[in-house]
Amino acid sequence: MTNEVVIKTDKLTKRFGDFIATNEVTFEVYKGEIFGFLGANGAGKTTAMKMLCGLSKPSSGNANIAGFDIYKQTESLKKNIGYMSQKFSLYEDLTVIENIQFFGGIYGLSNKKLKGKSNELIETLGLQSEAKKLVASLPLGWKQKLAFSVAVIHEPKIVFLDEPTGGVDPVTRRQFWDLIYQAAARGITIFVTTHYMDEAEYCNRISMMVDGVIKALDTPAMLKQQYSANSMDEVFYELARGAKRKSD
Amino acid sequence: MTDVVLNNIVKTYNKGEVKAVNDVSFEVNKGELFGLIGADGAGKTSIFRILTTLLLPDSGTACVNGFDVVKDYKAIRKNVGYMPGKFSLYQDLSVEENLNFFATVFNTTIAENYDLVRDIYVQLEPFKNRRAGKLSGGMKQKLALCCALIHRPTVLFLDEPTTGVDVVSRKEFWEMLKGLKQQSITILVSTPYMDEATLCERIALIQNGSIMSIETPDNIIKQFPDTLFAVRANDMGRLLNDLRNNNQIKSCFSFGDFHHITFQNNNEHSRNELIQSLQESNFQDIEMKHITPSIEDCFINLMN
Repeated sequence: MTNEVVIKTDKLTKRFGDFIATNEVTFEVYKGEIFGFLGANGAGKTTAMKMLCGLSKPSSGNANIAGFDIYKQTESLKKNIGYMSQKFSLYEDLTVIENIQFFGGIYGLSNKKLKGKSNELIETLGLQSEAKKLVASLPLGWKQKLAFSVAVIHEPKIVFLDEPTGGVDPVTRRQFWDLIYQAAARGITIFVTTHYMDEAEYCNRISMMVDGVIKALDTPAMLKQQYSANSMDEVFYELARGAKRKSD
Repeated sequence: MTDVVLNNIVKTYNKGEVKAVNDVSFEVNKGELFGLIGADGAGKTSIFRILTTLLLPDSGTACVNGFDVVKDYKAIRKNVGYMPGKFSLYQDLSVEENLNFFATVFNTTIAENYDLVRDIYVQLEPFKNRRAGKLSGGMKQKLALCCALIHRPTVLFLDEPTTGVDVVSRKEFWEMLKGLKQQSITILVSTPYMDEATLCERIALIQNGSIMSIETPDNIIKQFPDTLFAVRANDMGRLLNDLRNNNQIKSCFSFGDFHHITFQNNNEHSRNELIQSLQESNFQDIEMKHITPSIEDCFINLMN
């Protein structure tokens, strides 16, 4: 982790009519940092993430992501980030190798580079015998590991992970975090949401969103100290309990 | 008295290629809150669908309320409540219309069984004219539970009711289940969240279609075969690597702000040796303590 800022938001706001989904959110994330983006259902996380990925235009405020302006340079922005979610990550009806090539192509890798990357990736994940099988036939844990590797195939500056480990068994969940650590060590910034509070502990810093605003932002250790809590679970409960909004 | 019985249930897909449920047997007692704990793809949903008569097993037998899931499927359908993992109410009907619909299908009325759903339904009442599709995740979950309950089922099947739901709503949901238990409804619930296991009276830990253990949460913890320690130091990433590569360490997994370890030979000597070697590797603020395993520790141990 360095002091170089790769995500910088300034009073970032999104309104849907009278409803303020994300309300003047201001924060910075550093290069190589693992940043946990937590909040209750309906707190405004998804809306904020969509803006940060250049998929949704803010109502007001500014943000710079990986060196690109969130209003004017969304196409360059998208090329320099990776994205993976639990719900959508890979094409089930394509084989492992086809998925790698498809996403690599979308992310703009040359054919030559892509070929090298595909082989390297399949080898690191130990998927040699599965390379030509449909992704649908892989166990969920393997899918999620493959999806993550595909999301960082172009060595993006930032990768956004939306509940990447939901429903995954406890051993695979930890293997997944090994991949996250490795990517962070290479200088890729990790922006991650999760419902598992033990995973919140693995982040360098955590932000907690409640009712559209960031109510707390610090290292897990400092947050626990601040809220006199033994675990992040207690911190989360303490902060989210007062939430007025109960929507998705 | 048992409400649910499974004997050697097997279910395969793709002409036997995928073994979803592999020789599963267990019983759920009347009025019991029983948890099926496992990751996605463990076979939980297949088991639920067999018990609710929506899927035929390849082999084995199962009974609900003494009725056979194959022969007596009509009787079972009248008596059980089922909340599938995927939201399955009518999105275009309002909250009240959905509840009314399900009551009518089961030949009853909301009024007749209102006492059963009252505590949950009062939270939905301000939105009773809203279409179900427009509800938030937490509200959908509450409505689905009401609809599964409105005919006063003897057995309630809840397939991952808390998946994707935040910590606060999850706590609320489990409070609702405790309330239902007072009404002596048998509840079979599945979850991928290991921390919820301790809220059940008995649990089955399931992985790759097979049951690894069926016990009370306390007994599963008592059966953990090794002495478990929690370790932390200043550099947790490096510590994890060092512990994994240390041949005195039998197992090592990260658990939030600590790593949990067991020793090949647990004695004072090996423990002191570890602390010493960590100090020599320039770790600071080293802390090691003996801890009681969690269900997740037990699950990981059984998986290996």
